[in-house]
Amino acid sequence: MGELRLMKGNEALAEAAIRAGVDGYFGYPITPQSEVIEYLMAEKPFDRTGMIVLQAESEVASINMLYGGGGTGKKVMTSSSSPGISLMQEGLSYMAGAEIPCVVANVVRGGPGLGDIQPAQSDYFQSVKGGGHGDYRLPVLAPASVQEMSDFVPLSFDLAFKYRTPVLIVADGLIGQMMEKVELFDPVPRLTDEEVIERYPWATNGKPKGQERRILTSLHLDPYKLEKHNMLLQEKYRKLEAEEVRFEMIDCETADYIIIAYGSSARIAQKSIQLAGEEGIKVGLLRPISLWPFPKQPIDDLVKKGVKGFLAVEMSAGQMVEDVRLTVRERTKVEHFGRYGGVIHSPEEVLEALKNQLIGG
Amino acid sequence: MPELTLQDIIKPENQVYVKTKLMTDNTLSYCPGCGHGTAHRLIMEVIEELGRENETIGIAPVGCSVLAYEFLNVDMQEAAHGRAPAVATAIKRLWPGKTVFSYQGDGDLAAIGTSETIHVCNRGEQIVMIFINNGIYGMTGGQMAPTTLPNMKTSTSPFGREVLTMGNPLKMTELVAQLPGTYYVTRQAVHTPSAVRKSKRAIRKAFQNQLDGIPGVSFVEIVSNCNSGWKMTPTDSNVWMEENMFPFYELGDLKVNGEIVPKK
Amino acid sequence: MTEEIIIAGFGGQGVLSMGKILAYSGIMQDQEVSWFPAYGPEMRGGTANVTVILSDERISSPTLTAYDTAIILNQQSMDKFEETVKPGGVLIYDPNGITHHPTRKDIKIYKIEGARIATEMGNTKIFNMVVLGGYLKVKPIVKMDNVIRGLKKSLHERYHKLIPLNEDAITMGMKNVIEIN
Repeated sequence: MGELRLMKGNEALAEAAIRAGVDGYFGYPITPQSEVIEYLMAEKPFDRTGMIVLQAESEVASINMLYGGGGTGKKVMTSSSSPGISLMQEGLSYMAGAEIPCVVANVVRGGPGLGDIQPAQSDYFQSVKGGGHGDYRLPVLAPASVQEMSDFVPLSFDLAFKYRTPVLIVADGLIGQMMEKVELFDPVPRLTDEEVIERYPWATNGKPKGQERRILTSLHLDPYKLEKHNMLLQEKYRKLEAEEVRFEMIDCETADYIIIAYGSSARIAQKSIQLAGEEGIKVGLLRPISLWPFPKQPIDDLVKKGVKGFLAVEMSAGQMVEDVRLTVRERTKVEHFGRYGGVIHSPEEVLEALKNQLIGG
Repeated sequence: MPELTLQDIIKPENQVYVKTKLMTDNTLSYCPGCGHGTAHRLIMEVIEELGRENETIGIAPVGCSVLAYEFLNVDMQEAAHGRAPAVATAIKRLWPGKTVFSYQGDGDLAAIGTSETIHVCNRGEQIVMIFINNGIYGMTGGQMAPTTLPNMKTSTSPFGREVLTMGNPLKMTELVAQLPGTYYVTRQAVHTPSAVRKSKRAIRKAFQNQLDGIPGVSFVEIVSNCNSGWKMTPTDSNVWMEENMFPFYELGDLKVNGEIVPKK
Repeated sequence: MTEEIIIAGFGGQGVLSMGKILAYSGIMQDQEVSWFPAYGPEMRGGTANVTVILSDERISSPTLTAYDTAIILNQQSMDKFEETVKPGGVLIYDPNGITHHPTRKDIKIYKIEGARIATEMGNTKIFNMVVLGGYLKVKPIVKMDNVIRGLKKSLHERYHKLIPLNEDAITMGMKNVIEIN
């Protein structure tokens, strides 16, 4: 059993970065995730593992540092919150295009604009539909506990390097700020320069003797070449859809109704299904862990099994519910309940919504 | 004397000049008369002479030299517009033993990328920054640049750059010379053989600084012509550059070994 | 066993650290725990509160609208949280600075004069430990030795010499908590 600690989600993410053998963290402070870079600076990971931590001049610089570092085959990471993540979208698009791996954590806060610093889930569209310009997708993982804030760091790097893509970890202010018991995984040493060079022949870390130079670019001026490049990207996305769907189901086998919720909302909804059970209403919880690729199959299976309706519970005005509707295709009822702008729904009001919108409605 | 055929001309014994193998055989995409090609060649010659062919990572910008990676035969990354210094920062931090350089134009380095330029030069990243200043946006068709001279006509200042409404040209090199993180700052040109020789010495010094492990940015501006953008013949553009650009952008070293060079 | 607690008072009273020690104590006896503070603008010079949950099972929602126990340390928090205690639940408060005392009849109410006791003990910083002692007397959900182990985990080593003082404060709190209703 690994070391047990009581940690904030943001701290667990930072500690996991050191333990996962990350080579460089480049970030810019923003509430509610500044603990990530604060923790890293205090921990002096350079002394522990040789990991570089640099406070950049902006989120724009941070993401482009990831472009450079990831492009050399090193494990690089940043974290931010909604407005900062918006600034990074150009860089993410370039990295998707140039197929550069990295991990970006978004501890979501209320929006639009400067919004507030309270928890929200209103960056779902931005996260799962690409976010920047062009035809691309990013794998998106949504932790629902401090434990997962830690566990999803190495998982994200596995995906990032396996598929040569940026990977998003989408949490929110609640997961970032709350403390829970976390079992830390044993540290993995950083790859040596020689290992990086051997493992990632595409990486630009100095042209190997007697071989061709490597180029990382997202520019393909010939439209037919760009179309071909895009087709390859699409193949990668189809593979991700086939192999990297992650979700959790609680009490779905016997349920008449299903709540679909991720991250903090899933935690709250879990309480709601307990409350429902006490009233004799059979409700299950489907928790998407990968927001993209979205878990369509389990939803489809539940429709075929004859559940009477789905309630998408989000801290947004209704974003993920669109993907639920695309999957359910009018075969049964799909409703949405959300609090937003930084307001967290209570377990009781989720249950009320379920009764009013699905059972009574 | 028999007439020489092409095959005769390119025989090794007949060659008086051989390009560095660190320039690829791809046809340069620059306009005839442009200074970019010469600047490319000088950088690659220096890297070859320093024996850094397999240890160098270059960063191309957005602008005319967006395709620099087609010509420079070393590992290259193509950065987003203005962000090359940030890209270079991470590469050098993660691979301190490698030689890292950025290559940017005036729009890239002195307009959209001002923040990255200033902060990299202030943090003192151990990289070489090459800055090509031709006072215009060449690639997109001759629009006004941050370095466009007062009253100079471009497609977005068709009646000349009016300083009152369009602002002053930005002397980025003077600006970064003032920052504690720059070690060597110089302004050169590549329009005459002697200017080319001086430029090469400057570029060599810049890369040697990095190789010697001296902390701080080595920053080389090259004032260049843009005969297409300026709508002149190459020779006329070089004359115009000497008469108009050089008085405003004075050639010479601005900072050497971390010390500001006093103005003559 | 699941215990859902709100601790609320002024910033600087040690509200968050009391919650943290409680949570760490729970970990020491193999329980699941969560600790979620109100964060943001309300932190600046105003009130502070934290929701702490200890449970033998996986914890669902870390934020709640009703609590088994409310530990209340100022009037604003009394106004806000008295109503949130579940019927049959517990409210513990320090009467220092309280002008409107709790009035509910369907909950158990206790008083602990933490501020006064801490001052008498010569260190106002242990105020929160006195209150914690009062709470643990009423609801002995964590064992004393687990609290000490929790303290060790949550305090930096250079403060470990203060653990005996904290232990005394907890004991004083246990002795001095008074049932009102």
